[in-house]
Amino acid sequence: MNLLNRFQPRGGVHPAGRKDLSADRPIRALPLPERLFVPLQQHVGAAATPVVAVGDQVLKGQLIAAGQGTISAPVHAPTSGRVVALGDYAAPHPSGLPVPTLTLESDGEDRWSDAAIPADPFALAPDEIARRVGAAGIVGLGGAAFPSAVKLNISRKSGVDTLIINGGECEPYLTCDDRLMREQAEGIVAGIRLIHHAVGTQRALVGIEDNKPEAIAAMRAAALGTDIQVVAVPAMYPMGWDKQLTRALIGKEVPAGGRSADIGVLVHNVATAYAVHQAVALGRPLVSRIVTVSGGAVKTPCNLEVPIGTPAQDLFDYCGGFTAPPARLVMGGPMMGHELPATHIPVVKGTSGVLALTHAEIGRPEPAPCIRCSTCVRACPVGLLPLEMATRIRAADLDAAIGLGLKDCIACGSCSYVCPAHIPLVHYFNYAKGELSARERAKLKQEATKKLADDRSARMERIAREREEAAARRRAAKEAAEAAKKAAEVTA
Amino acid sequence: MSQLAHSPHAHAPVSVGKVMATVMLALVPATVFGFWLYGWPAIFLWTVCVAAALLGEAATMQLQGRPARPALLDGSALLTAWLLALSLPPWAPWWIGAIGSLFAVVVTKQVFGGLGQNVFNPAMAARVMLLISFPVEMTLWTAPAPITGLHAPGFAEAWRITFGGGAWDAMTSASLLGHVKTEFTRGVDLLSSLPGYYVPHDSVWGQRAGSLGETSALLLLFGGLYLIARRIVTWHAPVAMLLGVAVPALIANTLAPAHYLGPLPHLLSGGIVLGAFFIATDPVTSPNTATGQFIFGLGCGLLTWIIRTWGGYPEGVAFAVMLMNATTPMIDLYVKPRIYGRNRKGQSLPAAPSKKEA
Amino acid sequence: MLIAVFSLTTLGLVLGLLLGYASRRLAVEGNALVEEIQAILPGSQCGQCGFPGCAGAAQALADGNAPITLCPPGGREVVSALSAKLGIEVNLADVAETMPMTAEVREELCIGCTRCYKVCPTDAIMGAAKHIHAVFREACTACGKCVEACPTEALALHPAPITLQSWYWHKPEERMAA
Repeated sequence: MNLLNRFQPRGGVHPAGRKDLSADRPIRALPLPERLFVPLQQHVGAAATPVVAVGDQVLKGQLIAAGQGTISAPVHAPTSGRVVALGDYAAPHPSGLPVPTLTLESDGEDRWSDAAIPADPFALAPDEIARRVGAAGIVGLGGAAFPSAVKLNISRKSGVDTLIINGGECEPYLTCDDRLMREQAEGIVAGIRLIHHAVGTQRALVGIEDNKPEAIAAMRAAALGTDIQVVAVPAMYPMGWDKQLTRALIGKEVPAGGRSADIGVLVHNVATAYAVHQAVALGRPLVSRIVTVSGGAVKTPCNLEVPIGTPAQDLFDYCGGFTAPPARLVMGGPMMGHELPATHIPVVKGTSGVLALTHAEIGRPEPAPCIRCSTCVRACPVGLLPLEMATRIRAADLDAAIGLGLKDCIACGSCSYVCPAHIPLVHYFNYAKGELSARERAKLKQEATKKLADDRSARMERIAREREEAAARRRAAKEAAEAAKKAAEVTA
Repeated sequence: MSQLAHSPHAHAPVSVGKVMATVMLALVPATVFGFWLYGWPAIFLWTVCVAAALLGEAATMQLQGRPARPALLDGSALLTAWLLALSLPPWAPWWIGAIGSLFAVVVTKQVFGGLGQNVFNPAMAARVMLLISFPVEMTLWTAPAPITGLHAPGFAEAWRITFGGGAWDAMTSASLLGHVKTEFTRGVDLLSSLPGYYVPHDSVWGQRAGSLGETSALLLLFGGLYLIARRIVTWHAPVAMLLGVAVPALIANTLAPAHYLGPLPHLLSGGIVLGAFFIATDPVTSPNTATGQFIFGLGCGLLTWIIRTWGGYPEGVAFAVMLMNATTPMIDLYVKPRIYGRNRKGQSLPAAPSKKEA
Repeated sequence: MLIAVFSLTTLGLVLGLLLGYASRRLAVEGNALVEEIQAILPGSQCGQCGFPGCAGAAQALADGNAPITLCPPGGREVVSALSAKLGIEVNLADVAETMPMTAEVREELCIGCTRCYKVCPTDAIMGAAKHIHAVFREACTACGKCVEACPTEALALHPAPITLQSWYWHKPEERMAA
């Protein structure tokens, strides 16, 4: 790709990368944990329903919960063992609320279930590839966790012509995609070709931030002789936002409220491409992922291949524990990840990292008044006015905030990161979005209950009316009978 | 219910206090030069301004029942006082500085809701108030008398000049713009009034009568460039303001050199450079977007030139800035960044036809 | 003197006539407004506002005899809709966001008397005689009628449980006193 086709990204920030902590650590497999806590919902859409019962023996890769409805994903056993519980367990979610979770006790053998391996995956029909991707429980591994098969099908139907593979990995600390590209470039490229084949795209671009030269080199070497182009894009946060990467690579913007498919683009993460290869060519469902364990409080930061459902504590333990009591544990990257309330919370499909950060790293000074310096305006990759939106939200004027583009906000945190007054801007936006959807739900519920109330009063009226009519009829019948009786007496 | 911390879990090492400190650092060279040029009275006046501003800030915070310490530590009151001091005649009496500073901090800033809430630039609002209320004291300029030179007042004499009240008689002078305006009203045109009075070299270095800090264009320019390099401000407002003065001055001067000053004396005199880099870039009272800031700066420059050329006052930066401050909300309403995936009107971009449909 | 009295009287008369004409001509159809307000209200006729049902409350609102914050089950959503409809400014931040509530049955106390589901305005209680009743949360408006009807105090209003679907970030605290 030449320079002419590269487009200047907008906004963005350059946080301290801190990737050097773990970038040179090869991926190692985490020793099998004793217990795995596998949530039934690790994806966008409907939760999966369990197909095994407590006490069942399962093999690695065996289906344990099936997807429900059009947007959902199945869940597979991350190792062989016995199902010991099916109940609520703390979720990897900022609320920390419990969610339905399958608990699996490992038998230590890690035995795979049998899988049908196609002789030539490229001979499979496109629909069959999408079906296998769906059956393997693959979701977007960049963090969004949207079921991949759904994306493949939509893209195929809407005639997408460009496949973009996201190797941005712009979050500080995280190096899992970087390591995967360096070590498994062949597998990623095979996965890209499978997606390419399944969707029928005409070109495939891999966008990698220019601060990962080794990954770029490895991917270029692996892509040699294919029609996949590996493009270095400028390192900045949030380059890994799929729409930012799309603009950087092909100069087109996804319409607001629309999908990438609207401009003929399909975006997948590099790790997702790798998982597609594993699933389609090797018949292996998504039961593990690469997780970066890092942060100033971690003794030896690592990149680990972790079975889904492993508690975060096991990861920290493997990395030598903490050098100091961490000020904050984070799941995901520091910009968009969420705080872990406890270390027993499991790694899920969308977990790219677990971080133990020190006070110096998080820096959480007290908020001060906004001086309208508009640094946040310059930092916003979407082109919003964070300071104005936050002012409206503080004054509980959510409609005005929507008018300023609240719904276009991607919650990337760039504004909060750069704010010299330390105003929790993105927190305001997420609160407002939550409040708006709560109101929407309340409105729907009110409409529904109102209908119920109307139905009920209509029913009550009808019953009363019917009762009255029945009484009237009885009266009339009685009177008629009496009249008849009288008439009979008269005639008699 | 959840008290977990919201992302991001990292913050840039910046703070309001650091921003203010950087701006003050950028003002140091021009200020020190001003102290040297105008001697002890200037130092006294600066000190009075700063002390009054801090007292005013602390007192108003106390009245509102808010902690005074963080407000004093963020440096905003100090910076306001500093900028005001730089815009005053250096030998002005102490009460000019005190009243100006208190007005800037209490009336222009705190009454409007404190830091970040004021509509007008406090320093400029205070200067305008002083200029209208005390025209005599505000237009008595001193010829430079370097502190190391022979004519400089000693410490005791300086004390009398600043705090004595009306004890000054020597060495008054007129600023370049004042001189031009005065000569104009006498019917003397530029071709006769300017020679011998305007020496560009002096203006660059600041060796002439004027406000405490607005005389050395060069040192102010260095300070401004430092701020741009540190990314505290962007180039938009300053460059636009300089252009807003220079372009009309150039056109007018080319057409009628006898009646209109050329761009160079305009840029090098009065508060243009100070205004462009330190006043028009005030974050609170200027627009949010780069385009908005450019329009704002252009307006400041153009209005300054109009006031200087046709207005009753020889200098117009403060008035121009205040007028443009009033337009900031309107500029912000109309000039917004384009949102990703939307056109300038905020409508969603059309979906591109893909290959199979096309 | 006379002229002044006369002119002021004339002025008063003319303006008075004008006002009278305007009030006739531009009169608002009272019923229409009441109906529109009633459409905004939840319609569960719970009576928590102190008026006889939602129609009574709508009438009071239209007459200006009730604050637009009168409806506890409606929450902020109803307040802001009423504010827009009636043109009454209200600072939503001052409207305490009441926790969404639902009625819940304590199973050990329920005797299956069916009194509660007979009074439920939204048919949100399920059950049959001599069987323990249950509340269908999605349909419950927390009007409290069942609580009053229950002879064994088995019914009580509780905050609606927070789920992953209903959870969202709290509003950032205002650390700086404004």
